[in-house]
Amino acid sequence: MSLLSVRDLSVKFAMRDNTVTALNQISFDLCKGERLGIVGESGAGKSITGFALMNLLSRPGYIDSGKIQFLGEDITEMSEAKMRSIRGNQMAMIFQDPMVTLNPVLTIGQQMVETLQAHRKLSKSEAEQIAIVKLREVYIPSPEERLNQYPHELSGGMRQRIIIAIALLLDPQLIIADEPTTALDVTIQADIMELLLELCESNKVGLILITHDLGVVSQMTERTLVMYAGRIIEAGRTREIINDPQHPYTQGLINALPQQTKPGQRLKQIPGNMPSLTAIPRGCPFSPRCEYAQDHCLTEAPKPVQYTHVEVACHEVNRLHSDKAEEMIG
Amino acid sequence: MFAYLVKRVFQAIAVMFVISLIGFAIQDNLGDPLRELVGQSVSEEVRQELRDELGLNDSFLTQYLRFAGNALQGDLGTSYFFKEPALDVILKKLPATLELVVGASIIIIGLSIPVGVFTAIYPNSILSRLVMGLSIIGISIPVFLTAILMIFVFSVEYGWFPSYGRGDVVHVFGYWDTNFASLDGWSHILLPSIALASIMLPLFIRLIRAEMMEVLQSEYVKYAKAKGIRPWRIYFVHALKNTLLPVITVGGVQIGTMVAYTILTETVFQWPGMGFMFLEAVNRVDTPLIVAYLIVVGFIFVVTNTIVDLIYGLVNPTVNLARMGA
Repeated sequence: MSLLSVRDLSVKFAMRDNTVTALNQISFDLCKGERLGIVGESGAGKSITGFALMNLLSRPGYIDSGKIQFLGEDITEMSEAKMRSIRGNQMAMIFQDPMVTLNPVLTIGQQMVETLQAHRKLSKSEAEQIAIVKLREVYIPSPEERLNQYPHELSGGMRQRIIIAIALLLDPQLIIADEPTTALDVTIQADIMELLLELCESNKVGLILITHDLGVVSQMTERTLVMYAGRIIEAGRTREIINDPQHPYTQGLINALPQQTKPGQRLKQIPGNMPSLTAIPRGCPFSPRCEYAQDHCLTEAPKPVQYTHVEVACHEVNRLHSDKAEEMIG
Repeated sequence: MFAYLVKRVFQAIAVMFVISLIGFAIQDNLGDPLRELVGQSVSEEVRQELRDELGLNDSFLTQYLRFAGNALQGDLGTSYFFKEPALDVILKKLPATLELVVGASIIIIGLSIPVGVFTAIYPNSILSRLVMGLSIIGISIPVFLTAILMIFVFSVEYGWFPSYGRGDVVHVFGYWDTNFASLDGWSHILLPSIALASIMLPLFIRLIRAEMMEVLQSEYVKYAKAKGIRPWRIYFVHALKNTLLPVITVGGVQIGTMVAYTILTETVFQWPGMGFMFLEAVNRVDTPLIVAYLIVVGFIFVVTNTIVDLIYGLVNPTVNLARMGA
């Protein structure tokens, strides 16, 4: 059964004299307990997608059109009170930087208890008992003592574990993790990801993992969306996208991984930069950087089409594929 | 905690030392005490004798040490005009001034927090814009003008409030005269308190608004929203506490400044406090009283700042008072 169904979602930012389109008609689905990765460069619209799902876009951003069906109800039409009862409850979020996510003047206990009490009628001690159980689940040593500690007394990795525990407090259906390890030490990143994966699997929680790390996506998720300039340009099963990418941009991303290059060789990179949202080219947004671009790529925006096992938004995907086949034969 | 306290007390002593040095330098250089004491009819010889007797011919250092030694024992000299110890004169006036400062502080705290929070949460509402506009006017108008305008409107035109003095004060604790125990006392302290608050209030509203708006943009406020916390709890528990931390520090300095502003307010309202007394002392070239006032005000300043820093340490969990002493 579908947990989340996003249809033609567009997010715009109202600037002083015009509007900027940050998300351009994106659509995707998520089943219960499924793990989905959203990858792309900075500014591709990954985080905005996450906040739009929470209906927490900060001004001047707003949802311009489209539907977000969560557990059968449309979030875009929900009242603020109804939405608030979902946030942190059925849909939880893990933020990027644990150093600034927790409130510095409130204890861990206060921040956990208030979350529980916002959604359930619980006494302070009942809520604390649940908090302790959840802290134990994320392998926080001596959780009883942590409740009285302030965030600054804990390390970054510890804080992110606590944030994961807070996300799990109310047994949500969906966790949106926005680059949950980017701000952490490399040695801790793997631990946190492993923990997140383990908890999502054992609790059957759906996960949307926003990241720019293809390696993480391949380990953590079952399906992947590749975003570019506010659009989904490729979507499909993670394994297939990683092993056999169809869109030239995805191919470029994967070829740029150090593992794809022999030692001593220069790393391959995609020429140019992602366009800024105020200057997205007409037609295919990737066309200025694309080696396969044809005339119609510059004028006509490609629609996502099913190609073999993935959905790709590229006019030239057929030609691309036959080229590759020729290469293999030749 | 204790080590931090000791450290702060030493800092306070250092500041008091500098203040006493400045105070004494003023006494040493301002006017001729002999002229104030004996007038013009006394011969030069007698004057010299008196100078020797009073120790005015000793070196600067000797005189300062004598001054500081006396000051430590609570002797800040004798007022030429009142013929009483200067400290006693000031201490008699102190309650009036402190009550005025307390009155103004209540107005400032009571209004600046709700108004500052409101204008931060609804920056575009008409009410917020009005408050912001008025606050600029409030900051720009000098205290004495506000005071005179209020007397003109509320005392002269409408006759709602008395225009001068403390009215019926109630004697409490054997020493203190208070305005806060009788209706007449309240009606007398209201206008002066508002006048005194008129400069600081807009400042604090703007300060709280600016801090609060910054805090509302922070990640932890966004995160609190993502947890489904109710807005009032986000505003008053998550945001306000973080907003007030820097405000407390500024507030401590401003309390001291307010004591200084009482000079203007007290003069306009003929309020029998330290500030009014100071102005009279200046007119009478009552040097010991002037110096004693400086030292007492300096002392109040140092004490309030020390207390405020300690409170800040207690309120802000990221400040570890125990470790700061090291």
